[in-house]
Amino acid sequence: MEIPYTSKPRPDTGIYNAKVGIWLFLASEVMLFGALFSSYILLRVGAPDGTWVHGMLNIPIGTFNTFVLITSSVTVVLGWAALQLGNFQRYKFYQAITILCAVAFLGIKSFEYADKFKHYEVWLKTPVTVKHGDKEVQTDRLLGHIEYQGKHPYFWNTHRLAGTPEVRDKDGKVIKAAVPAVEAFKFTVDPIHYTMSPKEMAQARAAAKGHKHEEIEIKSTDVKRLQAFVPAHSTYFAIYFTMTALHGLHVLGGALVIFYIWGPGAKMWKTDPQRYINRVEVSGLFWHFVDLVWIFLFPIIYLL
Amino acid sequence: MSDHSHSHDKGGFHAHSPEEVSKHVKVYLTVFIALLIGTVVTVALNYLHFESKALTIAIALLVATVKATLVACYFMHLISEKKMIYLILGFTTFFCIGLMALTLFSYADFPKNTVTH
Repeated sequence: MEIPYTSKPRPDTGIYNAKVGIWLFLASEVMLFGALFSSYILLRVGAPDGTWVHGMLNIPIGTFNTFVLITSSVTVVLGWAALQLGNFQRYKFYQAITILCAVAFLGIKSFEYADKFKHYEVWLKTPVTVKHGDKEVQTDRLLGHIEYQGKHPYFWNTHRLAGTPEVRDKDGKVIKAAVPAVEAFKFTVDPIHYTMSPKEMAQARAAAKGHKHEEIEIKSTDVKRLQAFVPAHSTYFAIYFTMTALHGLHVLGGALVIFYIWGPGAKMWKTDPQRYINRVEVSGLFWHFVDLVWIFLFPIIYLL
Repeated sequence: MSDHSHSHDKGGFHAHSPEEVSKHVKVYLTVFIALLIGTVVTVALNYLHFESKALTIAIALLVATVKATLVACYFMHLISEKKMIYLILGFTTFFCIGLMALTLFSYADFPKNTVTH
């Protein structure tokens, strides 16, 4: 069966069917992300003072990634414009940049994720005195990095400190080796905490610049709670990972479709050029939507 | 070639005149620059640390909305679309506003003395 109106506009709507299709899909996407944005608002305004995590993401990296995504959006429309003039080579060039930008965006995002997975907050049973910039403060909550046996471990939590016994199957074969308990670990303390205001945080960071971060030894028996910056850390990180991961999946999906049309699917340019242009346009509409989501996501997650 | 801005001569597809396309390309590049500037402005304002939290949020969301509008209007061509698309988006806008409004109503109706943590 032939799908109707893939290249020519349908007389009553004035547009080809795939365009109606993508806009209906984008409408559902607006509701999907809308639901998450409204969850964000509710979690944020409902957070008691000092519990909302902020200032933990790298703003220059996030800004750079925003530039990468905006660039990829403009190369999509430039590629599409080139096709309208019949300039296939120029289209190939522009969409190659789009695909590279998508890969760069995901690469940078993965790097940011990995960085969070080995960044920790530790809640202590008894307060210690640490430096926040040029001020000395007494606190039982520290942010920083763990060093244990020469390594910076990922995904640790309170449970990990106690270790786990080995696991055997019913024949007595060891299927999971025992993880020894951690007695104490080195902790490099950040000169800030998210209970500070953004301004205090910036001042403390500036004052601490050029100085080596304080290193202390923490005994596991002194730890009330230990948590890497993963969704379990707080509602902030939960909504951060949910929204950016869903957005990242959209980037991945969009990039795969654009790559398919650009590469193996490009045969269609010879057989049905108008339909090919329409495919490029429709994939582009999805791509701009992904850019649009990021335009809102970036300030609310990184800046506010 | 015809006097119309559209012609049907290039191998079965709807070819556009070079003048028309280059006009569009200029718009795309202008929007691109505007988006870059918008991003720089948002980030720069954030480093200023306004006293008022409401002002900080309002400015960041205002710039984001302007950027999003530019993308939707020019990159997604909503500035000159067919009625069918506007109809779909009309429904989307209605339900999206409804979604946000319900969220805010539920927040306003939060029972007093609720333990949140």
